[in-house]
Amino acid sequence: MKIKFTVQDPCQLVRKSFGDPVAEDLRYTVKAVVGEENFIDMQPNRSNNYCCGGGGGFLQSGLPDARRGYGKFKFDQIIKTGATYCITPCHNCHAQVHDIGEHYEGKYETLHLWTLICLSMGILGPNEREYLGEDLKEVLVFHPESAM
Amino acid sequence: MSSETIKFKGLKQSIFKDKVMEILPDGGNLNLCLTCGACSSGCPATGLADMDPRKFLRMASLGMDEEILNSEWAWMCTMCTRCVYLCPMKIDIPGLVFNVRRSWPKDKQPKGIRGSCEVAQKNDTCSAMGTPEEDFQFVVEDVLEEYQEAQPEFRKMQAPLNKEGAMYFLNQNSREPVTEPDEMVPLWKILHSVGADWTYGTKGWAAENYCLFCADLEGWEHIVRVKAKAVDDLGCKYWLNTE
Repeated sequence: MKIKFTVQDPCQLVRKSFGDPVAEDLRYTVKAVVGEENFIDMQPNRSNNYCCGGGGGFLQSGLPDARRGYGKFKFDQIIKTGATYCITPCHNCHAQVHDIGEHYEGKYETLHLWTLICLSMGILGPNEREYLGEDLKEVLVFHPESAM
Repeated sequence: MSSETIKFKGLKQSIFKDKVMEILPDGGNLNLCLTCGACSSGCPATGLADMDPRKFLRMASLGMDEEILNSEWAWMCTMCTRCVYLCPMKIDIPGLVFNVRRSWPKDKQPKGIRGSCEVAQKNDTCSAMGTPEEDFQFVVEDVLEEYQEAQPEFRKMQAPLNKEGAMYFLNQNSREPVTEPDEMVPLWKILHSVGADWTYGTKGWAAENYCLFCADLEGWEHIVRVKAKAVDDLGCKYWLNTE
Protein backbone atom coordinates (compact mmCIF):
# COMPACT_ATOMS: atom_id res chain seq x y z
CA MET A 1 0.00 0.00 0.00
CA LYS A 2 3.11 2.19 0.15
CA ILE A 3 2.01 3.83 3.41
CA LYS A 4 4.86 5.47 5.31
CA PHE A 5 5.28 5.30 9.08
CA THR A 6 7.48 7.24 11.45
CA VAL A 7 7.95 6.77 15.18
CA GLN A 8 8.15 9.13 18.12
CA ASP A 9 10.92 8.24 20.60
CA PRO A 10 9.35 9.03 23.98
CA CYS A 11 11.76 11.03 26.16
CA GLN A 12 10.77 9.07 29.24
CA LEU A 13 11.39 5.69 27.63
CA VAL A 14 14.48 6.54 25.58
CA ARG A 15 16.58 9.53 26.67
CA LYS A 16 15.55 9.46 30.34
CA SER A 17 15.43 5.69 30.96
CA PHE A 18 16.89 3.05 28.66
CA GLY A 19 18.73 5.07 26.01
CA ASP A 20 19.45 4.15 22.40
CA PRO A 21 19.22 0.36 22.86
CA VAL A 22 15.48 0.60 23.56
CA ALA A 23 15.11 2.95 20.58
CA GLU A 24 16.62 0.14 18.47
CA ASP A 25 14.19 -2.39 19.99
CA LEU A 26 11.38 -0.02 19.09
CA ARG A 27 12.57 0.21 15.48
CA TYR A 28 13.00 -3.56 15.29
CA THR A 29 9.35 -3.98 16.28
CA VAL A 30 8.01 -1.22 14.07
CA LYS A 31 9.95 -2.40 11.00
CA ALA A 32 8.84 -5.99 11.59
CA VAL A 33 5.25 -4.77 11.64
CA VAL A 34 5.15 -2.23 8.78
CA GLY A 35 8.03 -3.49 6.61
CA GLU A 36 11.45 -1.85 6.63
CA GLU A 37 10.85 -0.04 3.33
CA ASN A 38 7.80 1.69 4.81
CA PHE A 39 9.59 3.12 7.83
CA ILE A 40 11.19 6.56 7.92
CA ASP A 41 12.93 8.18 10.88
CA MET A 42 12.40 11.74 12.03
CA GLN A 43 15.50 13.89 12.29
CA PRO A 44 16.90 14.13 14.92
CA ASN A 45 15.86 10.90 16.63
CA ARG A 46 16.54 8.33 19.37
CA SER A 47 18.18 9.94 22.45
CA ASN A 48 18.50 13.19 20.52
CA ASN A 49 14.82 13.41 19.65
CA TYR A 50 12.71 16.45 20.50
CA CYS A 51 10.12 16.15 23.21
CA CYS A 52 6.61 16.31 21.70
CA GLY A 53 5.56 18.97 24.21
CA GLY A 54 3.07 16.77 26.03
CA GLY A 55 5.47 15.79 28.80
CA GLY A 56 6.01 17.22 32.26
CA GLY A 57 2.29 17.81 32.71
CA PHE A 58 2.14 20.34 29.84
CA LEU A 59 -1.09 18.74 28.55
CA GLN A 60 -2.81 19.50 31.86
CA SER A 61 -1.14 22.82 32.63
CA GLY A 62 -3.84 25.05 31.14
CA LEU A 63 -1.32 26.63 28.74
CA PRO A 64 -2.53 25.31 25.37
CA ASP A 65 -1.02 28.11 23.24
CA ALA A 66 2.45 27.61 24.69
CA ARG A 67 2.08 23.84 24.46
CA ARG A 68 1.15 24.01 20.79
CA GLY A 69 3.95 26.49 20.15
CA TYR A 70 6.33 23.97 21.65
CA GLY A 71 4.66 21.19 19.65
CA LYS A 72 5.26 23.02 16.36
CA PHE A 73 8.83 21.62 16.48
CA LYS A 74 7.44 18.10 16.62
CA PHE A 75 4.78 18.81 14.01
CA ASP A 76 7.35 20.11 11.51
CA GLN A 77 9.62 17.16 12.25
CA ILE A 78 6.81 14.69 11.48
CA ILE A 79 5.66 16.54 8.34
CA LYS A 80 9.22 16.57 6.96
CA THR A 81 9.30 12.76 7.00
CA GLY A 82 6.33 12.65 4.62
CA ALA A 83 4.90 9.82 6.74
CA THR A 84 1.12 9.59 7.08
CA TYR A 85 1.31 7.71 10.38
CA CYS A 86 3.19 8.66 13.52
CA ILE A 87 3.50 5.81 16.02
CA THR A 88 3.57 7.03 19.63
CA PRO A 89 4.50 4.38 22.20
CA CYS A 90 3.71 6.70 25.13
CA HIS A 91 0.39 7.99 26.40
CA ASN A 92 1.44 11.63 26.70
CA CYS A 93 3.06 11.61 23.26
CA HIS A 94 -0.06 10.10 21.74
CA ALA A 95 -2.32 12.82 23.13
CA GLN A 96 0.04 15.65 22.17
CA VAL A 97 1.02 14.41 18.68
CA HIS A 98 -2.66 13.81 17.93
CA ASP A 99 -3.62 17.28 19.15
CA ILE A 100 -0.94 19.18 17.23
CA GLY A 101 -1.78 17.18 14.10
CA GLU A 102 -5.35 18.42 14.29
CA HIS A 103 -4.40 21.93 15.37
CA TYR A 104 -1.90 22.53 12.55
CA GLU A 105 -3.98 20.46 10.13
CA GLY A 106 -1.28 17.95 9.33
CA LYS A 107 -2.08 15.01 7.09
CA TYR A 108 -1.02 12.29 9.47
CA GLU A 109 -2.65 9.90 11.93
CA THR A 110 -1.38 9.15 15.45
CA LEU A 111 -1.21 5.50 16.45
CA HIS A 112 -0.62 3.46 19.56
CA LEU A 113 1.92 0.72 18.85
CA TRP A 114 -0.56 -1.92 20.09
CA THR A 115 -2.99 -1.00 17.30
CA LEU A 116 -0.41 -1.58 14.62
CA ILE A 117 0.88 -4.85 16.08
CA CYS A 118 -2.64 -6.30 16.19
CA LEU A 119 -3.42 -5.01 12.70
CA SER A 120 -0.35 -6.76 11.33
CA MET A 121 -1.33 -9.98 13.14
CA GLY A 122 -4.81 -9.82 11.59
CA ILE A 123 -6.51 -9.67 15.00
CA LEU A 124 -7.64 -6.04 15.09
CA GLY A 125 -11.42 -5.84 15.36
CA PRO A 126 -13.72 -3.11 14.02
CA ASN A 127 -14.04 -1.32 17.37
CA GLU A 128 -10.30 -1.05 17.95
CA ARG A 129 -9.62 1.26 14.99
CA GLU A 130 -10.30 4.71 16.40
CA TYR A 131 -6.90 6.04 15.36
CA LEU A 132 -6.49 4.41 11.95
CA GLY A 133 -6.92 6.61 8.86
CA GLU A 134 -9.35 5.90 6.04
CA ASP A 135 -6.64 4.00 4.12
CA LEU A 136 -6.31 1.32 6.84
CA LYS A 137 -9.72 1.44 8.52
CA GLU A 138 -11.14 -1.35 6.36
CA VAL A 139 -7.98 -3.41 6.00
CA LEU A 140 -7.89 -6.95 7.50
CA VAL A 141 -10.82 -6.35 9.83
CA PHE A 142 -11.09 -9.14 12.40
CA HIS A 143 -14.72 -10.17 12.94
CA PRO A 144 -16.25 -7.23 11.04
CA GLU A 145 -19.73 -8.40 12.08
CA SER A 146 -18.95 -7.30 15.67
CA ALA A 147 -18.86 -3.61 14.70
CA MET A 148 -20.68 -1.42 17.20
CA MET B 1 14.98 35.11 21.94
CA SER B 2 14.64 38.20 24.09
CA SER B 3 14.61 41.57 22.34
CA GLU B 4 15.39 43.48 25.51
CA THR B 5 18.56 43.39 27.56
CA ILE B 6 18.14 42.07 31.07
CA LYS B 7 18.78 44.94 33.43
CA PHE B 8 20.68 43.61 36.38
CA LYS B 9 20.47 45.69 39.54
CA GLY B 10 23.77 45.22 41.29
CA LEU B 11 25.20 42.12 42.90
CA LYS B 12 22.73 39.78 44.57
CA GLN B 13 23.14 36.58 46.46
CA SER B 14 21.69 33.70 44.43
CA ILE B 15 19.85 32.10 47.31
CA PHE B 16 17.53 29.96 45.25
CA LYS B 17 20.23 28.45 43.07
CA ASP B 18 22.40 27.61 46.09
CA LYS B 19 19.48 25.87 47.74
CA VAL B 20 18.80 23.83 44.61
CA MET B 21 22.48 22.89 44.37
CA GLU B 22 22.27 21.36 47.83
CA ILE B 23 19.51 19.07 46.59
CA LEU B 24 20.73 18.04 43.15
CA PRO B 25 23.31 15.26 42.77
CA ASP B 26 26.75 16.87 42.43
CA GLY B 27 25.03 20.23 42.68
CA GLY B 28 23.52 19.68 39.24
CA ASN B 29 26.68 21.32 37.84
CA LEU B 30 24.76 24.59 37.95
CA ASN B 31 27.92 26.71 38.25
CA LEU B 32 29.64 25.21 35.21
CA CYS B 33 27.76 26.99 32.40
CA LEU B 34 30.01 28.09 29.52
CA THR B 35 27.10 30.12 28.06
CA CYS B 36 27.53 28.28 24.75
CA GLY B 37 23.78 28.14 24.15
CA ALA B 38 23.59 24.54 22.91
CA CYS B 39 20.73 24.01 25.37
CA SER B 40 18.65 26.88 24.02
CA SER B 41 19.35 26.21 20.35
CA GLY B 42 17.98 22.69 20.70
CA CYS B 43 15.00 23.38 22.95
CA PRO B 44 11.43 23.64 21.65
CA ALA B 45 10.56 25.79 24.69
CA THR B 46 13.05 28.48 23.64
CA GLY B 47 11.17 31.73 23.10
CA LEU B 48 8.11 30.77 25.10
CA ALA B 49 7.35 33.33 27.82
CA ASP B 50 10.38 35.27 26.57
CA MET B 51 12.63 32.63 28.11
CA ASP B 52 15.04 29.86 27.19
CA PRO B 53 17.08 27.31 29.18
CA ARG B 54 20.34 29.27 29.16
CA LYS B 55 18.61 32.49 30.17
CA PHE B 56 16.76 30.67 32.95
CA LEU B 57 20.01 29.25 34.30
CA ARG B 58 21.89 32.55 33.97
CA MET B 59 19.10 34.39 35.77
CA ALA B 60 19.30 31.86 38.60
CA SER B 61 23.07 32.34 38.73
CA LEU B 62 22.66 36.11 38.88
CA GLY B 63 20.34 35.79 41.86
CA MET B 64 17.23 36.87 39.96
CA ASP B 65 15.24 34.54 42.18
CA GLU B 66 12.00 36.47 42.04
CA GLU B 67 11.99 36.62 38.25
CA ILE B 68 12.57 32.89 37.70
CA LEU B 69 10.16 31.92 40.46
CA ASN B 70 7.46 34.06 38.86
CA SER B 71 8.00 32.98 35.26
CA GLU B 72 5.41 30.61 33.85
CA TRP B 73 8.22 29.11 31.79
CA ALA B 74 8.85 26.61 34.59
CA TRP B 75 5.58 25.00 33.42
CA MET B 76 6.48 25.23 29.72
CA CYS B 77 9.76 23.34 30.01
CA THR B 78 8.77 19.66 29.88
CA MET B 79 11.92 18.57 31.72
CA CYS B 80 12.67 16.34 28.73
CA THR B 81 16.44 16.56 29.49
CA ARG B 82 17.50 17.15 25.89
CA CYS B 83 19.47 20.19 27.12
CA VAL B 84 21.42 18.00 29.54
CA TYR B 85 22.07 15.52 26.74
CA LEU B 86 23.55 18.31 24.59
CA CYS B 87 25.35 20.24 27.32
CA PRO B 88 29.16 19.87 27.37
CA MET B 89 29.06 20.42 31.14
CA LYS B 90 25.98 18.23 31.74
CA ILE B 91 24.17 20.97 33.63
CA ASP B 92 20.89 19.80 35.12
CA ILE B 93 18.57 22.62 34.04
CA PRO B 94 15.47 20.36 34.33
CA GLY B 95 16.48 19.75 37.95
CA LEU B 96 16.47 23.51 38.46
CA VAL B 97 13.06 23.76 36.78
CA PHE B 98 11.69 20.97 38.96
CA ASN B 99 12.71 22.86 42.07
CA VAL B 100 11.26 26.11 40.76
CA ARG B 101 7.95 24.28 40.32
CA ARG B 102 8.29 22.95 43.83
CA SER B 103 8.62 26.51 45.12
CA TRP B 104 5.29 27.59 43.65
CA PRO B 105 2.53 27.76 46.27
CA LYS B 106 0.16 24.84 45.73
CA ASP B 107 -2.80 27.11 45.07
CA LYS B 108 -0.88 28.94 42.32
CA GLN B 109 0.25 25.79 40.49
CA PRO B 110 -1.66 24.87 37.31
CA LYS B 111 -5.02 23.52 38.44
CA GLY B 112 -5.04 20.59 36.03
CA ILE B 113 -1.80 19.21 37.39
CA ARG B 114 -2.42 20.09 41.03
CA GLY B 115 -5.96 18.69 40.97
CA SER B 116 -4.87 15.41 39.37
CA CYS B 117 -2.12 15.02 41.98
CA GLU B 118 -4.63 15.50 44.79
CA VAL B 119 -7.35 13.26 43.35
CA ALA B 120 -4.86 10.41 42.84
CA GLN B 121 -3.96 10.45 46.54
CA LYS B 122 -7.57 9.99 47.68
CA ASN B 123 -7.88 6.48 46.35
CA ASP B 124 -5.69 3.37 46.41
CA THR B 125 -6.19 2.99 42.66
CA CYS B 126 -3.98 6.11 42.26
CA SER B 127 -6.23 7.18 39.39
CA ALA B 128 -5.95 10.88 38.59
CA MET B 129 -9.51 10.66 37.31
CA GLY B 130 -10.66 9.35 40.68
CA THR B 131 -11.80 6.00 39.30
CA PRO B 132 -12.45 3.60 42.21
CA GLU B 133 -11.49 -0.08 42.38
CA GLU B 134 -14.96 -1.45 41.62
CA ASP B 135 -15.40 0.74 38.52
CA PHE B 136 -12.10 -0.42 37.05
CA GLN B 137 -12.96 -4.05 37.79
CA PHE B 138 -16.40 -3.65 36.21
CA VAL B 139 -15.05 -2.11 33.00
CA VAL B 140 -12.28 -4.67 32.58
CA GLU B 141 -14.60 -7.65 33.17
CA ASP B 142 -17.36 -6.21 31.02
CA VAL B 143 -15.10 -5.44 28.06
CA LEU B 144 -13.35 -8.80 28.33
CA GLU B 145 -16.62 -10.72 28.29
CA GLU B 146 -17.84 -8.76 25.30
CA TYR B 147 -14.71 -9.59 23.29
CA GLN B 148 -14.62 -13.23 24.36
CA GLU B 149 -18.08 -13.60 22.83
CA ALA B 150 -17.63 -11.41 19.75
CA GLN B 151 -14.24 -12.82 18.76
CA PRO B 152 -14.30 -16.58 19.56
CA GLU B 153 -10.58 -17.02 18.80
CA PHE B 154 -10.10 -15.01 22.00
CA ARG B 155 -12.64 -16.93 24.08
CA LYS B 156 -9.84 -18.01 26.42
CA MET B 157 -8.21 -14.59 26.62
CA GLN B 158 -7.96 -13.24 30.17
CA ALA B 159 -7.52 -9.79 31.69
CA PRO B 160 -6.67 -10.96 35.20
CA LEU B 161 -7.29 -8.81 38.25
CA ASN B 162 -5.24 -9.41 41.40
CA LYS B 163 -3.72 -12.64 40.14
CA GLU B 164 -1.23 -13.66 42.81
CA GLY B 165 2.25 -14.58 41.70
CA ALA B 166 1.81 -13.33 38.12
CA MET B 167 5.08 -12.53 36.38
CA TYR B 168 4.00 -9.03 35.27
CA PHE B 169 1.93 -6.41 37.05
CA LEU B 170 0.58 -4.09 34.35
CA ASN B 171 -0.40 -0.48 34.90
CA GLN B 172 -3.03 1.21 32.76
CA ASN B 173 -3.55 4.91 32.07
CA SER B 174 -6.97 5.99 33.42
CA ARG B 175 -8.02 7.31 30.04
CA GLU B 176 -8.61 3.85 28.57
CA PRO B 177 -10.96 2.34 31.15
CA VAL B 178 -12.74 5.67 31.62
CA THR B 179 -13.10 7.11 28.12
CA GLU B 180 -12.04 4.55 25.47
CA PRO B 181 -12.17 1.02 26.94
CA ASP B 182 -11.84 -0.70 23.53
CA GLU B 183 -8.27 0.61 23.40
CA MET B 184 -7.32 -1.79 26.23
CA VAL B 185 -8.10 -4.81 24.08
CA PRO B 186 -5.21 -4.79 21.54
CA LEU B 187 -2.73 -4.88 24.41
CA TRP B 188 -4.60 -7.80 26.01
CA LYS B 189 -4.53 -9.62 22.70
CA ILE B 190 -0.79 -9.21 22.33
CA LEU B 191 -0.19 -10.43 25.90
CA HIS B 192 -2.53 -13.37 25.30
CA SER B 193 -0.90 -14.27 21.98
CA VAL B 194 2.59 -14.42 23.47
CA GLY B 195 1.39 -16.35 26.53
CA ALA B 196 2.40 -13.67 29.02
CA ASP B 197 1.63 -14.31 32.68
CA TRP B 198 0.30 -10.91 33.73
CA THR B 199 -2.22 -9.18 35.93
CA TYR B 200 -3.85 -5.86 36.73
CA GLY B 201 -4.34 -4.91 40.35
CA THR B 202 -7.54 -3.29 41.56
CA LYS B 203 -5.21 -1.27 43.78
CA GLY B 204 -2.48 0.78 42.17
CA TRP B 205 -3.54 0.10 38.58
CA ALA B 206 -3.42 3.69 37.32
CA ALA B 207 -0.21 4.47 35.48
CA GLU B 208 -0.17 8.26 35.79
CA ASN B 209 1.49 10.25 38.58
CA TYR B 210 0.84 14.00 38.35
CA CYS B 211 2.49 14.73 41.68
CA LEU B 212 5.77 14.34 39.83
CA PHE B 213 4.82 17.23 37.56
CA CYS B 214 3.96 19.66 40.35
CA ALA B 215 7.04 18.51 42.26
CA ASP B 216 4.97 17.42 45.23
CA LEU B 217 7.55 15.09 46.74
CA GLU B 218 5.29 13.69 49.45
CA GLY B 219 2.42 13.03 47.05
CA TRP B 220 4.76 11.57 44.48
CA GLU B 221 6.29 9.19 47.01
CA HIS B 222 2.88 8.25 48.39
CA ILE B 223 1.62 7.24 44.95
CA VAL B 224 4.74 5.27 44.08
CA ARG B 225 4.57 3.45 47.43
CA VAL B 226 0.89 2.55 47.04
CA LYS B 227 1.58 1.12 43.59
CA ALA B 228 4.76 -0.69 44.62
CA LYS B 229 2.88 -2.23 47.57
CA ALA B 230 0.15 -3.46 45.22
CA VAL B 231 2.82 -5.16 43.10
CA ASP B 232 4.54 -6.66 46.17
CA ASP B 233 1.30 -7.81 47.79
CA LEU B 234 0.51 -9.89 44.71
CA GLY B 235 4.07 -11.22 44.60
CA CYS B 236 4.61 -10.12 41.00
CA LYS B 237 8.13 -10.16 39.64
CA TYR B 238 7.96 -7.22 37.20
CA TRP B 239 6.05 -3.96 37.28
CA LEU B 240 5.19 -2.73 33.79
CA ASN B 241 4.29 0.91 33.43
CA THR B 242 3.12 1.91 29.96
CA GLU B 243 3.42 5.64 30.54
